[in-house]
Amino acid sequence: MALPGARARGWAAATKMAQTRRHAEGAKGSLSPAPPSPRAALYVHWPYCEKRCSYCNFNKYVPRGVEEAAMRSCLVTEAQTLLGLSGVRRVDSVFFGGGTPSLASPNTVAAVLEAVDQAAHLPADSEVTLEANPTSAPGSRLAAFGAAGINRLSIGLQSLDDKELQLLGRTHSASDALQTLAEARRLFPGRVSVDLMLGLPAQKSGPWLRQLQELLGYCDDHISLYQLTLERGTALFTQVQRGTLPAPDPEVAAEMYQEGRALLREAGFRQYEVSNFARNGALSTHNWTYWQCGQYLGVGPGAHGRFVPQGAGGHTREARIQTLEPDNWMKEVTLFGHGTRKHVPLGELELLEEVLAMGLRTDVGITHQHWQRFASQLSLWDVFGSSQEVKALLVQGLLLLDHRGLRCSWEGLAVLDSLLLTLLPRLQEAWLQRAPSPGQGG
Amino acid sequence: MSRFSVENIRNFSIIAHVDHGKSTLADRLLELTGTIDKTKNNKQVLDKLQVERERGITVKAQTASLFYNWEGKQYLLNLIDTPGHVDFSYEVSRSLSACQGVLLVVDANEGIQAQTVANFFLAFEAQLSVIPVINKIDLKNADPESVEKQIEKVFDIPGDECIKISAKLGTNVERVLQAVIERIPPPKVHRINPLRALVFDSTFDQYRGVIANVALFDGVVSKGDKIVSAHTKKIHEVNEVGVLNPNEQPAHKLYAGQVGYLIAGMKDVTEAQIGDTLYLHKQPVEPLPGFKSAKPMVFAGMYPIDQSEYNNLKSAIEKLTINDSSVTVHRDSSLALGAGWRLGFLGLLHMEVFNQRLEQEYNASVILTTPTVPYKAVLSSAKLIKDYREKEITIINPAQFPEKSKVTEYLEPVVLGTIITPDEYTGKVMMLCQARRAVQKNMIFIDQNRVMLKYIFPLNEIVVDFYDSLKSLSSGYASFDYEDAGYQTAELVKMDILLNGNIVEELVTIVHKESASRGGTERGRQRIRSRLQALSCQPRAQCGAETCELQDHDLSQSWKLNRLRHPGAPRDKAHSVGKAICERLKDSLPRQLFEIAIQAAIGSKIIARETVKAYRKNVLAKCYGGDITRKMKLLKRQAEGKKKLRKVGNIEVPRDAFIKVLKTQSDK
Repeated sequence: MALPGARARGWAAATKMAQTRRHAEGAKGSLSPAPPSPRAALYVHWPYCEKRCSYCNFNKYVPRGVEEAAMRSCLVTEAQTLLGLSGVRRVDSVFFGGGTPSLASPNTVAAVLEAVDQAAHLPADSEVTLEANPTSAPGSRLAAFGAAGINRLSIGLQSLDDKELQLLGRTHSASDALQTLAEARRLFPGRVSVDLMLGLPAQKSGPWLRQLQELLGYCDDHISLYQLTLERGTALFTQVQRGTLPAPDPEVAAEMYQEGRALLREAGFRQYEVSNFARNGALSTHNWTYWQCGQYLGVGPGAHGRFVPQGAGGHTREARIQTLEPDNWMKEVTLFGHGTRKHVPLGELELLEEVLAMGLRTDVGITHQHWQRFASQLSLWDVFGSSQEVKALLVQGLLLLDHRGLRCSWEGLAVLDSLLLTLLPRLQEAWLQRAPSPGQGG
Repeated sequence: MSRFSVENIRNFSIIAHVDHGKSTLADRLLELTGTIDKTKNNKQVLDKLQVERERGITVKAQTASLFYNWEGKQYLLNLIDTPGHVDFSYEVSRSLSACQGVLLVVDANEGIQAQTVANFFLAFEAQLSVIPVINKIDLKNADPESVEKQIEKVFDIPGDECIKISAKLGTNVERVLQAVIERIPPPKVHRINPLRALVFDSTFDQYRGVIANVALFDGVVSKGDKIVSAHTKKIHEVNEVGVLNPNEQPAHKLYAGQVGYLIAGMKDVTEAQIGDTLYLHKQPVEPLPGFKSAKPMVFAGMYPIDQSEYNNLKSAIEKLTINDSSVTVHRDSSLALGAGWRLGFLGLLHMEVFNQRLEQEYNASVILTTPTVPYKAVLSSAKLIKDYREKEITIINPAQFPEKSKVTEYLEPVVLGTIITPDEYTGKVMMLCQARRAVQKNMIFIDQNRVMLKYIFPLNEIVVDFYDSLKSLSSGYASFDYEDAGYQTAELVKMDILLNGNIVEELVTIVHKESASRGGTERGRQRIRSRLQALSCQPRAQCGAETCELQDHDLSQSWKLNRLRHPGAPRDKAHSVGKAICERLKDSLPRQLFEIAIQAAIGSKIIARETVKAYRKNVLAKCYGGDITRKMKLLKRQAEGKKKLRKVGNIEVPRDAFIKVLKTQSDK
């Protein structure tokens, strides 16, 4: 295929200086898609893994051999096609997820970034994240990714206990994880995130908190705490079903979560989302886009996107899914330039429901201004101000509705899914009862 | 049919405990007399229902006329099969009143069982000749001599009157037929009197209407006669009469002394109720004694699992009740379970059989709520008496329970229970009975090592799990049977179930206030001890003080344990029922955003409590670009489901939670 190297290195080189800059103020200002702005975040899915993890039900494949050149070419083509379709003029962030995208060659990453910069503008200070698994010899590869244009790493560390790592089916050890973390911090200072899982079968609160404490001694400015969700079809799910492993105790997990977030708060981290913690302003702007219902394009097998196909004359945001299976996806991209399997227009109410459900995951929640961008005729007060059920949640101290907007309290954030079961029907009701908008009368 | 003079007619029944071989013996008798073909696979010909064959019980009585030549004379032997279970004791008694004698079948291995006793006394009270038949003598462990002794002891029948047979192999079955002729008297009837016929069973045929099985005490009936039901006073014209062999075989006439069937354009089995007397139009006779309308003893709510199934279930229930007038049906509805019925049954087995037939024959699956018994209240409030237009009311639904201040007394149905058990379980059985508020009436050894106990039980104490408990504590050896014994005063109270202080209407329960361990006082213990000591005086080889001491020791241990578990206050029936409901609710109520207090209360007094803790964490951990669609779908589905939940105060209660609490326990 083409030779992306030179040009990609060009983009990467241009961004060298910008890399060290903090991308701090993601929560404010930088993302204000006031009139449907031709900008978006971009997600790239690398579908391959070395080994299947026991808890993972993501769209991933463990292949005998990857035809990387073909894959690279298809990712590039699809990125170009979708950017064209969306009419997006500026890409604010790129996220390489998977699968295990750190198994892809840095060339591929560079090629995609170059294509994005060509098709739309990819500013030098854009956040470009790569999900990376810890390995025993991380140094040179991580440096190569840096040279390819990656400026932020998200490390799937998961645990600092070798037994737990084994249970999770991870290929790395705790010492691999710490070594990779140290190397990453050296290469991407202030822009490294680590994942830590909680609520594993038989896991106890005390030892887990000590792991978190230990991790605080090594980590950078971003941590994600994920409670294990037992997903149907995973090895872990089967083992728990068969009784060979104890089912995780939700009470214990709740305790870990509460204690963990308290510990991180003391350590100066801001819990800016249900599972995400940052200090020194090191929030992930890419993920912030999801929770603020900004536009995003999904490139690669099974990737999801949400954008207005303005380039094709569309005016309605669509939820889009690419073909799941890599070989089929590649065939489609080769034939049609993209592998979009499904695109469903999102209704106004549907979009508002997403604004609500996603926005409340963040600490700032939904500001009045933010809500206004999606619902000009219906304020947060109109929707939630007079509901008795919502009032009960406010009184209970789980939810706040004030001059700033609607958001969860510290306690409320932990039970958001229960809150939404009251809020979503309320929104539907208010939507149906709303005064007909002036344009539509008659 | 007229060729049979009354002297050559015998009417008899076979009575037996479950599985002692009644139906097999009937098959052999039918074969021997050429009524049915021997070569066919005659397996329990008289048991027509699927449940009957499966469970080895006879639910619906069947009848057959047998022709038998003996010593140069031809006899007409009418075998009137009876339902094999106490729930149907009224039907048994009606069947028996059409007979002059019974074959009492006892298993040579198992010996006399509770039901054998109950059936024997029914026959005895009806002054019938009893022919003891010891069956299954071919079995390896058969001990016919010992069973013979039991029969002597319990029924006072000389051992040499027992006929030892193997119905399975046909051994000695001929002797049974001869005994029927020799020992059972012919019916005392008068052909010249006007018609007097007893309806002892009725079935419904969708083409021919009601088929009434009748025994003629006086007169003659033939096609074209106009007959009247003594109960309904309705007039019907007879379209067909005949004998049963066991299928209907039309005949010209039926004569006094004979047993057969009659079809007379009746459209509903309630027009030919069991026990009713039929006579000729304009020739009224004194009705035969003993008629009672079926009296339900156990009530349960029945609801379709899905409300869309309501109409199908309705038609299935109608079809079943058209053949079984003893089931009472009232429409009912529950906030939690939707529209349904409150059904009354003769007993637990009757209920189970009905439910099984719904499932097997009509493919209907239902929610059956925990059975309750018909309590009564004697009203003192003039206003209520006026409202109900009677002083004594029957409370079928707990929601209608009148307050104590408006009532002189409450009454509960009681039964006389018979238990036969190997004596090593006697102590445990007595403990169980006492825990069930039973009062002992009688206790005897029926042989070397088997005891027969008689107790008066409050019906509600045996209605759910007594039989299972008895079977499990006696390793399956104890047998149990009961008969109606009227009503007794009872201290009843209404128990409310509250969720955070709000009453859950569908869970209102009537409970007995009396402490269950009142029998567990020192006095009660003394009583058991002296009973056991008295037993040791019985002439049995292996009995010694040792056994009794051991049993007594066991008992005192258990009492001590009971005391330890409930120090101070005696354990209270209401308390344990309340606790059980609270626990079941706790297991089935989903967590909510606040703590839920589940309480059982009598008046303002809380007697049991469980707590469902508030959710501490309920939020999806990972929610990024690829997760949104799935997450929104799930949330909306949950929100949609939430709308359908029944709200008690601000607590959402899923239908499943009600089902788990209300459903019969045995389905666990």
